Amino acid sequence: MRKASPGSLRRAFQPWNDPAAKPLIEFRHVTKRFGGVTAVAEVSLSLYPREFFALLGPSGCGKTTLMRMLAGFETPDAGQILLGGTDITEMPPHLRPVNMMFQSYALFPHLSVADNIAYGLKRERLPRAEIAQRVAEMLALVKLDGLGKRRPDQLSGGQRQRVALARALAKRPKLLLLDEPMAALDRKLREATQFELMDLQSELGTTFMVVTHDQDEAMTMADRMAVMDHGRLVQIGPPDVIYEAPVNAYVASFVGDINVLEGHVVAVEGDLVRVETGITGMVELDEEAPALAIGASVLVGLRPEKLDLSHDEPPQPFNKVAGEIWDIGYLGDVTMVQVMVGGEGGWLVKVALTNRRRRAARPFAWEDKVWLSWDVEAGLVLKP
Amino acid sequence: MSGRSHAASRLVVAAPYLWLLLFFLAPFAIVLRMALSDADTALPPYAPHFEGFATLREFLGKLDLENFRLLADDALYWDSYLQSLRLAGLTTLIALAIGYPLAYAMAAAPRHWRPVLLVLVVLPFWTSFLIRVYAWIGILRPDGLLDIVLGGLGLTDEPLRLLNTEAAVLIGMVYSYLPFMVLPLYAMLEKLDRSLLEAAADLGATPVTAFLTVTLPLSLPGILAGAALVFIPSVGEFVIPDLLGGPDTVMIGKVLWNEFFSNRDWPLASAVAIVLLVVLVLPLALLQRARQGREAQP
Repeated sequence: MRKASPGSLRRAFQPWNDPAAKPLIEFRHVTKRFGGVTAVAEVSLSLYPREFFALLGPSGCGKTTLMRMLAGFETPDAGQILLGGTDITEMPPHLRPVNMMFQSYALFPHLSVADNIAYGLKRERLPRAEIAQRVAEMLALVKLDGLGKRRPDQLSGGQRQRVALARALAKRPKLLLLDEPMAALDRKLREATQFELMDLQSELGTTFMVVTHDQDEAMTMADRMAVMDHGRLVQIGPPDVIYEAPVNAYVASFVGDINVLEGHVVAVEGDLVRVETGITGMVELDEEAPALAIGASVLVGLRPEKLDLSHDEPPQPFNKVAGEIWDIGYLGDVTMVQVMVGGEGGWLVKVALTNRRRRAARPFAWEDKVWLSWDVEAGLVLKP
Repeated sequence: MSGRSHAASRLVVAAPYLWLLLFFLAPFAIVLRMALSDADTALPPYAPHFEGFATLREFLGKLDLENFRLLADDALYWDSYLQSLRLAGLTTLIALAIGYPLAYAMAAAPRHWRPVLLVLVVLPFWTSFLIRVYAWIGILRPDGLLDIVLGGLGLTDEPLRLLNTEAAVLIGMVYSYLPFMVLPLYAMLEKLDRSLLEAAADLGATPVTAFLTVTLPLSLPGILAGAALVFIPSVGEFVIPDLLGGPDTVMIGKVLWNEFFSNRDWPLASAVAIVLLVVLVLPLALLQRARQGREAQP
């Protein structure tokens, strides 16, 4: 088990809600095209000091380009990038107080671990003794003491990742960029490293920006995350907001699992919206729906873990549908059940059941006739 | 592994050794034996002759190091060895100075251009080596192609008289061996991970520093391979100094040719060849050992 370190206690940290807070990084209407393809389109974004920010999106969504513009490897076609209020749009990478941990780690194969870490410090022409001291500090920070003389090819994947991290942190940058930092690690190591990275970040107070396509990674580590699609920022917010209140169907289905139903609005009474979906009948949602017109077509999203499964018909008038169990996937902590609704050839709805008791008999079996139900607050109205 | 495939794999491993034994070690033994013999006006023109194992002791007794002593005493041989080494060294340096930027540009060129550039480097090999060197006579001779072009441009008033000088030999050797420098360098630079240069820039290295601290050390094996491929044939080069060089350019290849064909002194020619081999192999062996030593380091 991981020991709680004092730095890992996260206090309420929401500089983005504070109008007086000065951003460390500002993207202002940044656009980047490669040939005819727009990789980043009109992106405006502010990162705050000490923030752990994650850029999430599928490959090709422009997240790596956005990061590379921050490091100085790409120049925007339009817009500005500011660091601490200074325009760095045209500044070459070697002058920026920003360091990056590369996805491939990009360790210098001809240099030892210590020389790799010292590389940036030597460029600053620091005194020899100070370089040696900082290298030792960094090695201790990433728990690689004693391995300074090794060469990168004599290290394991996890150790190489730590060297890359130490090298990027050695210059004490204001902003650390991490490009898919966990991509090359196996699952166990990845989880451990995620928490270590968070501890390290709160200990050092450096602003971190992680680019990843892995939503678990982004949600675990980030104070705030942005979901990107086709070069645009679709939604920016803390992980729980992104998950529980996604702005549209794309975000809802990219972050986490979701069942999406098509329907049209039948009634709006205050916070209560009724949607007729055809498949499930009437759905009642507790949603601060912004002016939904009667008859408007909408998408209703239902997260698998917010659905209940029972053999008997629940008493409530709405928010339920009968179906048949089509598939059961036992994952250990949860069981994913797929329920077919709407008869043969109908729709498959995913339900996540938490396995709370160790020896309980599995209550559901293949081809069971079951009822799906959910609370009024479970459903989401999504923009298509 | 089955016995049969084991035997087969042994055969595969043995084949190159057999090849070396048959076509390198055996001829070398013959040359060495000749170098230890004396010249003789007979056919073949050396003595003693090997007349069976019965007289082996007598045969071995007649072998001596006289030819090597002769080489050591005569300044002519010393000078031609030194001149060969000097010219080969110069050729290697010039080829490196031209070849490195060339290989770098090729490796940095757009991916779809690289095969074309590679073919252009290898293209000269499609014409006979001798004809290409011969063509340089036409270019370098007084009132040749070079003089016509330079004179036409108004850059020179009178012929340059490059032919039959050391400069002509250098031009010919650099021209001939440049591809051997470019190819290993290109292979090395092409597989160089670009993200390493980005990492260097990210850590504060200017483009020049990034080149000196990352690109150059990582392409060192390519530099060494290219230098060896240019230097070794240059030292023993015969055709180029013979066609383009003057009477002052006495390279060891020419000395060897003279001893063998003009003087019919096969033993001395063999001794010249063996010394040349030692001169070339020794530094290479030391280099190889130094490299292995460095790799073995923890």
